[in-house]
Amino acid sequence: MATVVELPLETYQGVVEPDWCPGCGDFGVLRALEIAAQKLRLPTKDIFVVSGIGCSSNLPGFFHSYGVHSLHGRAMAVASGAKLANHELHVVITGGDGDGYGIGLNHFIHAMRRNLDLTYIVMNNQIYGLTTGQASPTTTKGHKTKSTPRGNVELPINPVALALVSGATYIARGFSGEAKHLADLIAGGIAHKGFSLVDVFSPCVTYNIVNTYPWFKQRVYKLEDDKGFDPTDTEASFKKAFEWGDKIPIGLFYKSEEVTYEETEPALKKGPLVRQPLTIEKKLFDDLMAEFY
Amino acid sequence: MGREFTVGIGGAAGDGLDKSGDTLAKSVSRLGLHVCAYNSYQSIIRGGHIWLRVRIAEEKAYSHGDHLNLLIALNQDTVERHAREVESGGAVLYNSDRFTCETSLLRDGVVGLPVPVNEITKPLGRVLPIMQNTVLLGALIYLVRLEFDSTVGVLADTFGHKGQAVIDQNVKILRGGFDYAKEHFVPLMKDAWKFSRIRRPFVTGNELFALGAVMAGCKFYSAYPMTPASSILHWMASHGEKCGVVVKQCEDELAVVNMAIGAGHAGVRAMCGTSGGGFALMTEAIGMAGMIEAPVVVVEVQRGGPSTGIPTKTEQGDLNQVFGASQGDFPRVIIAPLETYDCFWCTVEAFNLAEKYQLPVLIISDLLVSEHPETIEPDDLRYDVPIERGELVTEWPSGNGRYKRYANTSSGVSPRVLPGTEGAEYVAATDEHDEEGILISDVFTSPPVRRKIMEKRMKKMELVLKDIKAPVLEGPADAAVTLVGWGSTGGVIREARQLLAAEGIKTNQLQIKYLNPFHSKEVTEILRKSKKIICVEVNYSGQFARFLRAETGITVHDKILKYDGEPFEPRIISEEVKRIVAGKPRDLDVSMEEAREMAYHYIRTHLADAARPTRVEMVKGNSHGEPVWVVEIVKRDTGEKSGELEIGVKTGALHAWQPVAAGR
Ligand SMILES: Cc1ncc(C[n+]2csc(CCOP(=O)(O)OP(=O)(O)O)c2C)c(N)n1
Ligand code: SF4
Ligand SMILES: [Mg+2]
Repeated sequence: MATVVELPLETYQGVVEPDWCPGCGDFGVLRALEIAAQKLRLPTKDIFVVSGIGCSSNLPGFFHSYGVHSLHGRAMAVASGAKLANHELHVVITGGDGDGYGIGLNHFIHAMRRNLDLTYIVMNNQIYGLTTGQASPTTTKGHKTKSTPRGNVELPINPVALALVSGATYIARGFSGEAKHLADLIAGGIAHKGFSLVDVFSPCVTYNIVNTYPWFKQRVYKLEDDKGFDPTDTEASFKKAFEWGDKIPIGLFYKSEEVTYEETEPALKKGPLVRQPLTIEKKLFDDLMAEFY
Repeated sequence: MGREFTVGIGGAAGDGLDKSGDTLAKSVSRLGLHVCAYNSYQSIIRGGHIWLRVRIAEEKAYSHGDHLNLLIALNQDTVERHAREVESGGAVLYNSDRFTCETSLLRDGVVGLPVPVNEITKPLGRVLPIMQNTVLLGALIYLVRLEFDSTVGVLADTFGHKGQAVIDQNVKILRGGFDYAKEHFVPLMKDAWKFSRIRRPFVTGNELFALGAVMAGCKFYSAYPMTPASSILHWMASHGEKCGVVVKQCEDELAVVNMAIGAGHAGVRAMCGTSGGGFALMTEAIGMAGMIEAPVVVVEVQRGGPSTGIPTKTEQGDLNQVFGASQGDFPRVIIAPLETYDCFWCTVEAFNLAEKYQLPVLIISDLLVSEHPETIEPDDLRYDVPIERGELVTEWPSGNGRYKRYANTSSGVSPRVLPGTEGAEYVAATDEHDEEGILISDVFTSPPVRRKIMEKRMKKMELVLKDIKAPVLEGPADAAVTLVGWGSTGGVIREARQLLAAEGIKTNQLQIKYLNPFHSKEVTEILRKSKKIICVEVNYSGQFARFLRAETGITVHDKILKYDGEPFEPRIISEEVKRIVAGKPRDLDVSMEEAREMAYHYIRTHLADAARPTRVEMVKGNSHGEPVWVVEIVKRDTGEKSGELEIGVKTGALHAWQPVAAGR
């Protein structure tokens, strides 16, 4: 389904200019997605980007493809339905940490269990940006925000570790300050058959004064540079998932090949549902009716 | 009127009662008789009282009626609770190895018919306790003058997959019961039935929602288990593969509806189902479907509310919720099926409306119509159902310019392009947007763009109104009383009207199927001419009556309301109509039967189910500030008095339990 030639990057740019705050991490993620799509030579008509609500969730409006800018926390479910309806689409979900790890957490976990062939990009700024700076599920403990003036008392969610125990088959973390590296991770996720998570450090320059670009720049290192690390070794992945502090890993944490939900669903054997005839055979109708006598 | 006969089967959950009921109903229906059954089940899996009524009739039966001619008791409890409901000329059939039936419990002209099940089954080797049902069923065939072979056929179909030996054993047991009855009893039916031999499907509303969906081309069904909607999921799950439907049990109802909307948006016909609690979780997404103009069908099967409420009982209490679902104004259609076969057609129509007008269609059903089985006419269902997909654009040549998903058209319907189509890429947004789908909610907010797109969306409702049938008045125009109902009460109101007509009270009936959009003009015209309007609803407050007033300015003269979990029966309505016509006030006192039922509840919860109520007497002068029902309670095994319960006639308060030991 890839195009023959690599399309210019503008092909993937929406008509509307992003309205994020200047310097917002989400610009880097948008750019990385464009590069990934270009690299994979994806036709825009076959890409379906679904988001929830949040600054980050505005992304589909700035990208050129099909998509739904859905409800806060529900992108994963909308995307799952669309994927099952037409599994030839490359379905990408984009959103924030509040959207995916807070209000939408249940869908996130279950989508991983199902191993649906979806690519989930979370712009994790550890804050609620759109609602002007409240604590999010990934806000670090002790962090003072508008809603936690005396410091956040809850532990943050660890998305990578959560994905590892929930059955995701491609788990990565990127940094929007490293757009090319991020693009590779996203492209890898889209190309991967099964559920992919790409958690992205995408700083909110307006409301998160702790986890800033310099904060991350000082700490992140690429897993690819750790020659002893093997992302198919689950135990090693777990160890890396809990690394946090002066050194924080980015890159591919885990990858495995498992059968996808779409592959096991018998009703999809004949191809995408959207292309199936609406009417069943008369004989089948007669059989169904016979059960009622 | 043709002949009819009602069988009641009572026992504990786990007694295999619905299987026996099903066998009976299918046997009868194969003879060409009509059947309408109702199962008052509880949500506990074992134990608990189950009460199934099977009404058998030569003419179409619209409800389970309010007669009882033969009681099949599978336990003592059933005898005690229902024996006195059997009408003169009837009988109580029971397993005499297990318990007895005191004649003091029976009305005049009713007989107890003991069947020694062990003795009958002994020659047949090891027989499961559940087989007592089959023995009694055999006896029933004789008593009700059915045909033995018809039931043999049903058993053969039911146990076919278990092999001939199992079929044979069942038939022998059935024969044992039949022969015993033939030898010892006389048939209860005086004359033979007229068997039309027309074969009719025996179906429930939920099965028809599922079948209707499949026939309409539904390719995606999602649900989270919730009574009484689960049987749609079960049917879909067991037939999905054959029918090419992806059936998805989701993590919660939020996922259920959002997945269905995602699938609908992507271009397949998608449906989901739930009950009131699940629907509450779905509400935000229903607004989304309205906003992004995604077709989706949602079936809401009401059960008793509020909150988790009475999961296995019926009600029409979710109307306010369904009307009020989701913030803001958005187009959506609400349809309430009027009877069982209508569940099929409502679903077919729902899919067509959803796609033609690109909006959510909500089908509001209830436990009664969704779960009670009845025979319908063979041609009530059809293979070639109409399928209308509306303005679906399959190609978008580059010469067409930029595609506007939400183009401001004069009809309000914007031609729809499905994702995957070359050259028409767009993003649908739940934020307010312009014709192209571009957000106008943040920095670009534009009041006129908002105004016109809002009008565009809402305009679709005018088209829908023209597309759906206005309700018509049933019955004589000059009737003294007009009964107004909505959804599943159509049949029982019709039967109540027949009872009233027999007593010289002329009534007509307006039954509402389409709740939104609403035919205000037509309904106003009809009801303006009515002499006395009585609204009949299965809820506490008369939710439809309030809506009717809002839509038409017409205030109904009175309401007949029921909210105890059980559906209306014809006589309940006809008695209430007579009371209202006579100008008498509504009686909310605890009746003697209700006092007895309340005693059963006390016995189950506080006396380990080891006792039963006997005498019930009203006592007026006492310290409780109201008259009380004094219910005498005796031990189940010895019959020895264990105490008295005092239940307030006005409040229903359990004022006192006076055990014998404490003296009184
Ligand atoms: C059901 C619901 N609750 C609350 C909101 C308000 N809301 C919008 S975005 C948001 C949080 C956004 O945080 P996040 O997902 O991290 O995105 P960010 O803005 O940080 O990119 C909230 C609470 C909403 N739109 N819907
Ligand atoms: S508020 Fe934060 S997350 Fe939102 S656009 Fe501005 S910088 Fe980005
Ligand atoms: Mg955030």
